[in-house]
Amino acid sequence: MTLLRKAGASWLPIYAGLYLLFLYLPVLLLPVFSVNASAIPVFPLKGLTFDWYRSLAGNDALINALWNSLLVGVASALLATVLGICAARAITRYRFRGRRPMTAVIMAPLFLPEIIIAISLLMVAMQLGLGLSLILVIFGHVLICLPYSATVLISGFEGFDPSFEEASADLGETAFGTLTRVTLPILMPAIISSLLVSFTISLDEFIIAFFLSGSEPTLPIYIWGQLRFPAKLPGVLALGTLMLLASLLLLTFAEMLRRRAAKRTQLDGGFHA
Amino acid sequence: MLDTVSAASKPMIEISGLRKSFGNFEALKSISLNVQEGEFFSLLGPSGCGKTTLLRLLAGFGEQTAGTIAIDGQDMTGRPANRRPTNMVFQSYAIFPHMNVEENVGYGLKRLKLDRQEEQRRVREALDRVELGALGKRRANELSGGQRQRVALARALVMRPKVLLLDEPLSALDKKLREQMQVELRHLQKAVGITFILVTHDQYEALALSDRVAIMFDGQVAQVGTPKDIYQNPVSRKVADFLGGMNFVDAEIAEENGVSLTLDAAGFGRVRAPKPQGYQSMGRQITLGIRPERLRVLWDDDQAEHQIGGQVIDRHYFGEVTQLIVEIPGFKAPLAVTETNDFGADDIPVGSAIRLAYDPDALVAMND
Repeated sequence: MTLLRKAGASWLPIYAGLYLLFLYLPVLLLPVFSVNASAIPVFPLKGLTFDWYRSLAGNDALINALWNSLLVGVASALLATVLGICAARAITRYRFRGRRPMTAVIMAPLFLPEIIIAISLLMVAMQLGLGLSLILVIFGHVLICLPYSATVLISGFEGFDPSFEEASADLGETAFGTLTRVTLPILMPAIISSLLVSFTISLDEFIIAFFLSGSEPTLPIYIWGQLRFPAKLPGVLALGTLMLLASLLLLTFAEMLRRRAAKRTQLDGGFHA
Repeated sequence: MLDTVSAASKPMIEISGLRKSFGNFEALKSISLNVQEGEFFSLLGPSGCGKTTLLRLLAGFGEQTAGTIAIDGQDMTGRPANRRPTNMVFQSYAIFPHMNVEENVGYGLKRLKLDRQEEQRRVREALDRVELGALGKRRANELSGGQRQRVALARALVMRPKVLLLDEPLSALDKKLREQMQVELRHLQKAVGITFILVTHDQYEALALSDRVAIMFDGQVAQVGTPKDIYQNPVSRKVADFLGGMNFVDAEIAEENGVSLTLDAAGFGRVRAPKPQGYQSMGRQITLGIRPERLRVLWDDDQAEHQIGGQVIDRHYFGEVTQLIVEIPGFKAPLAVTETNDFGADDIPVGSAIRLAYDPDALVAMND
């Protein structure tokens, strides 16, 4: 028993180290090759250059795709969060017939393969005679973001004491004033988390965008298209590095928010009625 | 602030025939009550008796099923909470966590569009009133339970309501702080002169704070009166029991006139007691009650005009008092006697014979 524990104690850090290397080394190679003077991603490196980054700035197709992705991401995040707020409020505040089935329907896209969702949306769009466009992509993304945003918001609403809203009404505030002065500010951490999660999901979603975007590619579609040309690879690496940085920033921001929210609820939890 | 004459002559709240149902459950079954201006009025009862439902209807949270509420002569039917002249101190205090103390207290004033100086002056005045003047910039999560309660009070009082509603405001505080806040609450009410409606399940709190108390059971008001009145003359066994210890003795009605009953009770002999409120003849049996502290131990050769003998079968020590359980020959249940410990009641051995003195006026007749 002690022997086993001893062996475990010495091997565990090595196992953990190897595991982390396997997970993150490929990602770390991205920035390294993105500043390599050679277009072929092999060691040894040929020299330092920022040409690949410079080339991104002049690439209209790329900028266009980035723009499309941001548009879809922001729109999907906003829509999914607004719908998520309504759903979360209904689910946490009211006991109504069909509450459980409704929750299940909202969560269903988590378990449906994305390709099925993409194909069915495509079929519906065709039947209705709708042209393929970013709007369809936004609808698709709202569908797959909603389970995540609803989950985040439901937990936000569960920690929300309904007497905050009653106190606001009692002090003379209207329903709308209560929403803007009390409900939304208190739920802001959950709302921001929901926006971030939805935005991130939408930003790197490929299948739905591939089926529905038509002639307006989003960033993942553009990158996929570029991979067929070896000469374009360093540009993709540079782009990937920038996206990595952006997601790190976003993640840090989300974590800061989460800690702030956690601190508030923790200290607020002193009272038990 | 208010002289007793005007306080007695003007009802601030008139509740008549008020009912409230949630589905099949009747939370309130026809409540009628009047509360005077400037009165400290308590709604007392066990959980589920409807006292909080009644308070919430006064505040405008939810609509009554039937009946009316008038505040200061105005019918409140259909008027939402934000347009009623009431303010509430919530059980959870509901201090807005994203605002500091001053912003919390000034929350309702923002709607009134006062000029900035007047608004600040009123916030400051309210905070000073609850002795929180130095903590204006603190956030809600940096406050203790007692401080939160004061913020909730200041936030409600700053609106200058006609009626202040308090939903179990002291139940979250520990015993020591609760007793201190009781005194402060009473002083505050006297100082501002506003009608206070307090919901509580703590009978001592209701007795200590209120001008009048309504005791509620099962969605109905069982008795309304001054603390002394309801404690000394409970109308029913239930009311008597809820307000503290009470010995119940079966008695038989010998005679009856307009206001009083003449009763025969084993051990106590023939006694006269006033008729309880709402007395209806239910045959010849009636319940007689006496509070444990109204029975007094007779030592050695002490004699009293009215006394009763028995045997101590149990003894409970409570620090300042001792409770003796005394079996009396011919009684169905033993009597509980509360005696202060200064003469050594805590040393009376279990099993010893004992004599108890009582005042026949302390015997109350009650409905069942």
